[in-house]
Amino acid sequence: MAIKTSYLANHVRTLKPSGIRKFFDATAGMKDVISLGVGEPDFVTPWNVREAAILSLEDGYTSYTANAGMLELREAIAKYVDDYYCVSYDPEHEITVTVGASEAIDIALRAILDPGDEVLVVEPCFVSYAPLVTLAGGVPVIVESKKENDFKVQSEQLEAAVTDRTKAIMICSPNNPTGSMLSKREMEQIANVAKRHDLLILSDEIYAELVYDDLYTSFAAIDGMKDQTILVSGFSKDLAMTGWRLGYVCAPREITQGMLKIHQYAIMCASTMAQHAGLEGLRHGRTDMAEMRKSYRQRRNYIVQSLNEMGLPCYKPEGAFYTFPSIEATGMNSETFATRLLQEERVVVVPGNAFGDSGEGHVRCSYATSMSQLQEAMKRMRRFVEKL
Amino acid sequence: MKLTATEIEITEILEKDARLTNDELAKMMNLSVDQTGQIVKKLEDENVIVRYVSLVDWTKIDGHQGVTAMIDVKVTPKRDVGFNDVAERIYRHKEVKSVYLMSGTYDLSVQVEGQSVNEVAHFVTQKLSTIDGVISTTTHFVLKKFKHDGTVYDSDDRDKRIVVSP
Repeated sequence: MAIKTSYLANHVRTLKPSGIRKFFDATAGMKDVISLGVGEPDFVTPWNVREAAILSLEDGYTSYTANAGMLELREAIAKYVDDYYCVSYDPEHEITVTVGASEAIDIALRAILDPGDEVLVVEPCFVSYAPLVTLAGGVPVIVESKKENDFKVQSEQLEAAVTDRTKAIMICSPNNPTGSMLSKREMEQIANVAKRHDLLILSDEIYAELVYDDLYTSFAAIDGMKDQTILVSGFSKDLAMTGWRLGYVCAPREITQGMLKIHQYAIMCASTMAQHAGLEGLRHGRTDMAEMRKSYRQRRNYIVQSLNEMGLPCYKPEGAFYTFPSIEATGMNSETFATRLLQEERVVVVPGNAFGDSGEGHVRCSYATSMSQLQEAMKRMRRFVEKL
Repeated sequence: MKLTATEIEITEILEKDARLTNDELAKMMNLSVDQTGQIVKKLEDENVIVRYVSLVDWTKIDGHQGVTAMIDVKVTPKRDVGFNDVAERIYRHKEVKSVYLMSGTYDLSVQVEGQSVNEVAHFVTQKLSTIDGVISTTTHFVLKKFKHDGTVYDSDDRDKRIVVSP
């Protein structure tokens, strides 16, 4: 019998590790580093939300909740989604509370994909999408949103990528890493592709509250799309709750039942104290959200102008807290740019290719950083670019 | 005075950080530097922005002497001028840092700073309580300032996030 060379499954062994890790390691031991590489809010979770978790512990809420999450929380999510995005979901049968939006994406993909099913993944995007499709036995088919379209994927591109194995389209708008947001019209065009080919839209709406100019539209709110949409969201970005790992997924009853099976076997339920905190956040978090949003908007304006002024052309993102300036004028690729910027000026940005090949030529700069840090970072980046 | 949303936002920003330059403010607000300068000037001229100050934690400085007292003052209001007259007689003293008219069991809340307990005591007995209209005073000395004007003095505000995350 041949000796095994690896105990790892093939599809795991061949899975590419996240390109972001490398940069994390490179900063180890460095002092005076300013990071624009962080994909989470710089705010700490609002105190009333933290306190709700503390009180829940004091009151002894330390056991499991229902698999789908506390009904009270699901009801609050249903009300919130109805109030702000005008889509009504049945909290008993169409909402699942998950361990972050990441788990929601995972169980959604695992619930809908048969081996070999294809998912159109719009890149640049969050690092987990394509790997999660692979891990669920599916085949990620990359569709690139282009710089010349302000990183908005065109419905014709999606149409052209559809085959008879296509099961779903994965979209994140506002987008990480580009900050770009689809307009309602663009979403309707994409929805038409989905309707024509009977595809699901797996819509990552985690940045829905961090929108600065226009009103936000949920994919589930597009006419006739609720039954073909899996709406993924969570508490991480708008309530600054990344470390709590709390998200949710709203989907038609059948899909929810499927996801719930995976969720109950793999996870049981999301952390109970996090659920108590999330409930408080939904009930009384609007003011904090609004304040954070205002602050992000000011910083977005500041960083976009600063980057443009120093010759790193930058599309003005409508949402999230990322800018995605082009660094092509420097003649460097994104990894070289990011590495040199770190070594020479101690500013961390993430190379665009970490978010897909179409991100090459760009770097992601997060503005979830205090104004004073941003000012210093812009000063250093200007110095870096000027001496090239 | 009616301010636009933009003017109010600039006021809010400067209230948090008065050191931002017009250039930085302009970028944050998506305005020209000129427009921003005009708004700031208007806010200053109209005394909406009264003064730019630093929040100082004097206890950090070795050998610093100083005490703060919060004094509850009961006052007999006067015909026509109400509490204004007495308040003015109080706030004219330079050791008085703030004077507020309060609802509740007393009328004026007076904050006084001095070099020592004795100095404050002297102010209360010799100056404050002798003012015509002052009925009584209750003096509370501040032992430690934890938070002032929305700022926690010794907060652990280190960035606890990992340096790079997706």
